Amino acid sequence: MIIQLIFTFLKIGMFSIGGGYAIIPLIQEQVVTQQGWIGEKVFTDIITISQMTPGPLAVNTSTFVGIQIAGIPGAIAATCSCVISGVLISILLYEFFKKYKSSQYIFRILNGLKASSLGLIMAAGLTILLLTFFGASDYHDVNLWNVDLVAVALFCASLFCMRKWKTGPVCTMLVCGVVGLFAYSIF
Amino acid sequence: MKKPRLYLWLCGVNLLISAFTFGGGYVVVPMIKKYYVTQKHLFTEPELMEMAAIAQSSPGAIAINLSILAGKRAAGTMGVLISGVCSLIPPIIILSFVSQWYAAFSANPYLAAVLKGMQACVAAMMADLILNMYQAILKEKSALLCFLAPAAFIACFFLNINVILILLASSLMCLLTLFWKLRFGKEEPAA
Repeated sequence: MIIQLIFTFLKIGMFSIGGGYAIIPLIQEQVVTQQGWIGEKVFTDIITISQMTPGPLAVNTSTFVGIQIAGIPGAIAATCSCVISGVLISILLYEFFKKYKSSQYIFRILNGLKASSLGLIMAAGLTILLLTFFGASDYHDVNLWNVDLVAVALFCASLFCMRKWKTGPVCTMLVCGVVGLFAYSIF
Repeated sequence: MKKPRLYLWLCGVNLLISAFTFGGGYVVVPMIKKYYVTQKHLFTEPELMEMAAIAQSSPGAIAINLSILAGKRAAGTMGVLISGVCSLIPPIIILSFVSQWYAAFSANPYLAAVLKGMQACVAAMMADLILNMYQAILKEKSALLCFLAPAAFIACFFLNINVILILLASSLMCLLTLFWKLRFGKEEPAA
């Protein structure tokens, strides 16, 4: 069983380029449709929980499925095989770019990747922003009247603090969490 | 920093970052910037951008890829091992607990309130990072690079084009303009 887990999550890790929500269908196909390890309902729950708990979605899903199938050893096996190929490939790429940085071709490619990956970060940022302000992850579903004013206020306040006073991310997050607890309990 | 202290710091910082990456792998970029670049000066912001680009172009979880690259840059192979293990520990532990009581967990309104507050902060962190990084790209004064970032954003967000295609197309575009410059341009290519 554990060997099956390792193989499946090696496959998921290998082919999940782009990260985040783009890889949900891939995981679903492997874990729900092909292996039948968990049902459709449980899978949707996992996605919700992954959004609520820290850590990358792929890691969270593999841990969850691993536990369901084979306990803690299963969780560790599934998680490690899910991340190993990405880790190896990114180290190889990093070494490659470092070695050939003096070549202007490689330098240009790296610059292009840098610029477009910033674009991808922007897209991810806007998705999170929409989710926070409107509770919608897609711009089609945005309803301007449904704006969450508490979230907008928290967003502006923490952006201001981080740019003006350079407050630390974890500290700012904890404060936002506490404010959120009170603000959402009142309103 | 002395080696053992550096290792210990790496261990702690990765546990911390990993325990607070709500809302997707990209959140580690501002975190790593804060701890590795701003606080400890282990590497520079352009280097972080390079690592982020590589982490994104590789398969797997971007957060993990970026953590191990930062660990490698800061402390070599040991850094890779420490960062890898320490960034996996928090999600494994948390998920082990959550998977036992996940029904109660997902229905708790107080927890949801805390998480919503934290999510607003995550969005602000991303906005802060994007502002900083776009300013850095603007400083390079390359029309192509200034164009590529918003273009990739539109392609990804509005057109839903596959990430691999976007990354491939942008590197191809950079190569082509370089060929063009070498072939026809009088000025030295900026390399």
